[in-house]
Amino acid sequence: MADPMRIRAQSAGDKATVRVLMSHEMETGLRKDAAGKLIPAWYIQEVTAQLNGKTVMTAQWGPSVAKNPFLQFSVKGAKAGDKIAMSWTDNKGEKRTDEATVS
Amino acid sequence: MRTRWTLIALAAAALSTVALAQQKSAADAIAEYRAMLADGNPAELFEAKGEDLWKQKRGPKNATLEQCNLGKGAGVVKGAFVELPRWFADTGRVQDLESRLLTCMETLQGFDAKTIIATPFGKGEQAKIEGLVAWISAESKGLRFNLPQAHAAETTAFELGKRAFFYRAGPYDFSCASCHGQEGKRIRLQDLPDLTKNPGDGIGFAAWPAYRVSSGELWGMQRRLNDCFRQQRFPYPGYTSDVTVALSVYMGVNAKGAESIAPALKR
Amino acid sequence: MTTRREMLARSTQLAAMLATLGLLPEAAQAQVAGFNVAAFDAKNMADLMKALGGHAPTESKDVTITGPDIAENGAVVPVGASTALPGVKRMLLLVEKNPSMLSAMFDVTDAVDANFSTRVKMGQSSNVFAVAMMADGRALYASKEIKVTLGGCGG
Repeated sequence: MADPMRIRAQSAGDKATVRVLMSHEMETGLRKDAAGKLIPAWYIQEVTAQLNGKTVMTAQWGPSVAKNPFLQFSVKGAKAGDKIAMSWTDNKGEKRTDEATVS
Repeated sequence: MRTRWTLIALAAAALSTVALAQQKSAADAIAEYRAMLADGNPAELFEAKGEDLWKQKRGPKNATLEQCNLGKGAGVVKGAFVELPRWFADTGRVQDLESRLLTCMETLQGFDAKTIIATPFGKGEQAKIEGLVAWISAESKGLRFNLPQAHAAETTAFELGKRAFFYRAGPYDFSCASCHGQEGKRIRLQDLPDLTKNPGDGIGFAAWPAYRVSSGELWGMQRRLNDCFRQQRFPYPGYTSDVTVALSVYMGVNAKGAESIAPALKR
Repeated sequence: MTTRREMLARSTQLAAMLATLGLLPEAAQAQVAGFNVAAFDAKNMADLMKALGGHAPTESKDVTITGPDIAENGAVVPVGASTALPGVKRMLLLVEKNPSMLSAMFDVTDAVDANFSTRVKMGQSSNVFAVAMMADGRALYASKEIKVTLGGCGG
């Protein structure tokens, strides 16, 4: 199973800034290994965020997003104690969901 | 005639000012880039793994590392990193963090240290050590280096490290001092800290372990030293060998008082 | 005589081999449902806009692209796309000289600000674009040149 994300969600006024670090190779499929073989593409294609169970953000990513990707965005109407859930799905169908509480 | 020379002199002065300004701003621009990455250091992913590994029952003895003595008592992690390397009575050796982790993984968990020493960086148990050093160093983040030099073995290690630091060898006759023996040196756009003294908070010895952006890997000091040897065209040092620990003692004692920012972020 | 089972086994093997060699067409590789393959394959702005069903973007002071002037390492370049304009449907991050221009796209709903930061890989110094695709069909952009340098061997 994939490694957990690090999610920090901090409220300021009526918004919360969410910062996420995801553990993923984000392989472009254009690199070659030591033997000269192409390393297959392996990257997060979809990222979603939920606030208290309701989807508030979706994103599509390509392989040029950096390895161990970082994401920052701002959710409206979030307050301390709310739950933020981040999910990703990659091109192999692997998934990961992690939750954090808005502080 | 004189007017023309004055004009040329003025033009030359102007050009060199522009060039100087561009030089300064490249260093500033890179400092800005590093600052932008400071929030959300992927090393945090390794820290999380390390904390789990410390508390997880593993190895043939199915035990955790929670009784491991890193120098401040069994299980005391906070503050241990900035006092390493140091002498340990139970092994009778001066050990750095990775050497000490090998001791604990062997005695507490039953792992075979020789196998781990032979394992390439980033693979198998070496990959686990990356997480452990990331977390253990993070537990001392912001504290200042204060390596003990009370035991005879510790002072001997310092002298050995100093000797090794200035020892010229290899096809290029390099020593550590070739790059790190003076102030103000640089390789392309990387500043080279002077490691014969305290180069400042979060610099040099105080900046490792670190997440290396170029390879997306977490490097401990052992890997950093291994790569230095490689760059000097020296034979690879043994993992946690005496000379690597001695070099860390030399750098760490020189860095006394410097604030640790490990795990840091590096190119 | 080759049985049907043997033949199927062989073609699966062949497909696996081709996939390892990166020779299978993009579409044959696993995809998240709804993933816009054409957009992420687009090599230039025109193809990208066609794949996204948008118009050619125009420059706008109301869109902001943030990023460093120099990235010490092209493997990790922090960039951000934002706009305060109302009626944004999507925010895109593009790296002009990458093998495929589109790095990431974010759907903007009422629940989030049109302000996203992430880190991208840049193969070389290039212009980076933030594009705001508006509900009324307009596409607005801001661009910034980011220089990429390897930066030496240590530290």
